[in-house]
Amino acid sequence: MSGWAMALFKRDLRLSVRIGGSALVGVLFFLAVVTVIPFGVGPDLNLLARIGPAILWIGALLATLLGLDRLFQADREDGTLDLMMMSGRPLELVVLVKCLAHWIATGLPLVVAAPLLGVFLNLDPVSMGAVTATLLVGTPALTLIGAIGASLTVSLRRGGLLLAVLVIPLAIPVLIFGVSSADAAIHDPVPFLTPFLILCALTLIAAVVGPVASAAALRFSSD
Amino acid sequence: MAFWDYANPTRFLRLVQIVLPWLVGLCVITFAVGLYMSFQAPEDYQQGQTIRIMYIHVPAAWLCMMCYTVMSLSSIGTLVWKHPLADVSAKSAAPIGAAFTFMALLTGSLWGKPMWGTYWVWDARLTSVLVLLIMYLGLMTLWRTMDDPIKAGKAAAVLTLVGALNLPIIKFSVDWWNTLHQPASVVRLDGPTIHPDQLWPLLVMAIAFTLLFLVLHLMAMRNEILRRRVRALRMRAASASHPGTAAATAQPAE
Repeated sequence: MSGWAMALFKRDLRLSVRIGGSALVGVLFFLAVVTVIPFGVGPDLNLLARIGPAILWIGALLATLLGLDRLFQADREDGTLDLMMMSGRPLELVVLVKCLAHWIATGLPLVVAAPLLGVFLNLDPVSMGAVTATLLVGTPALTLIGAIGASLTVSLRRGGLLLAVLVIPLAIPVLIFGVSSADAAIHDPVPFLTPFLILCALTLIAAVVGPVASAAALRFSSD
Repeated sequence: MAFWDYANPTRFLRLVQIVLPWLVGLCVITFAVGLYMSFQAPEDYQQGQTIRIMYIHVPAAWLCMMCYTVMSLSSIGTLVWKHPLADVSAKSAAPIGAAFTFMALLTGSLWGKPMWGTYWVWDARLTSVLVLLIMYLGLMTLWRTMDDPIKAGKAAAVLTLVGALNLPIIKFSVDWWNTLHQPASVVRLDGPTIHPDQLWPLLVMAIAFTLLFLVLHLMAMRNEILRRRVRALRMRAASASHPGTAAATAQPAE
């Protein structure tokens, strides 16, 4: 990673860890979602074990959506975003680096918390490992797809709700393959690797499409 | 090149004025013929009278895909060539597409009740059409939340193109999801091959629906152009009556 990218990465990481503790809030929200589910579906441990991977994935999706408006909003408000656009560096790479820092600050804590929350949902070690692996591979895709929504709504006053509506349809494939590869590890109608590799492919596609579309949207919203 | 000539909204409006009456007439005639043919068509030996829902349902489902295609092409026009009408075309196609999608879902569920015994199944096809409806509504909301039509058009164009890239992936993954969870539990409609007596009314209805889309789209584009002119006149009037705030009205998006 060249010098400026590293500097940007460190700056974003430092900001998101120090201000407001976004990593912790995301994990707390994740915990709250997982806690609420048994009240809705009942405390049956067998049922919870069966739908556990789905609950963890939906919780992670919601927690990611909640944190997305931080991706560009603060930088736009204090003018940093304009400076980044005028810096002469490729904006796509800037977005990619920002997404990476955002994911390490908000997505990675969710992945780390997933095995612990899996205990509440009566997951056995195999499925716990599978869910954690799929989350590790899949949550970057959520952040990268979410970056498109974040940059589209960056100029809006209260874009959070609209952002979620715009991003959720695009995130459906990630959710489907995340949950089905976790399911495949437990009771295998298909081998675990098939959906898992498709999930990896989706993340790679998102790593291309997300920054390109997001950079285009940021350029259009500024001029 | 004719394509560029009609970049001028005034010339486009003149063309619409000439073409629209003919198009409306053609649309009405095709609908009359299509509806007559679909009521004359023989009943299905299994589905009885409910087969007639197909003549509304299937064209609407085709049109909701075509509408998204039109929007994607218009979005390319907006982003690549900055064609002034492409943006108008994409914006006015979105509500029409949403309406066709809704119609496909509604007639589908009304058809599903007597045939499958339930209004809704999480069939792969139904689910992806529902996702398409959510995307249409999201795009319309995005347009509505931004004041400046040019900026809104560009933002929506980016999202439309990302959606166009994603729709095949969504379709593929929903197919996968459905076959993984409940294989062969859903009655597939494409089982029996369709008889010519039923195919012809369907094709005529598809043409009628396409004409209806063209008519509505041209009308909506005309209205959008006029709406933008009214908006520009109002802004000019406002800045003329308050000369001090002219700078503020020049940037309405902020």
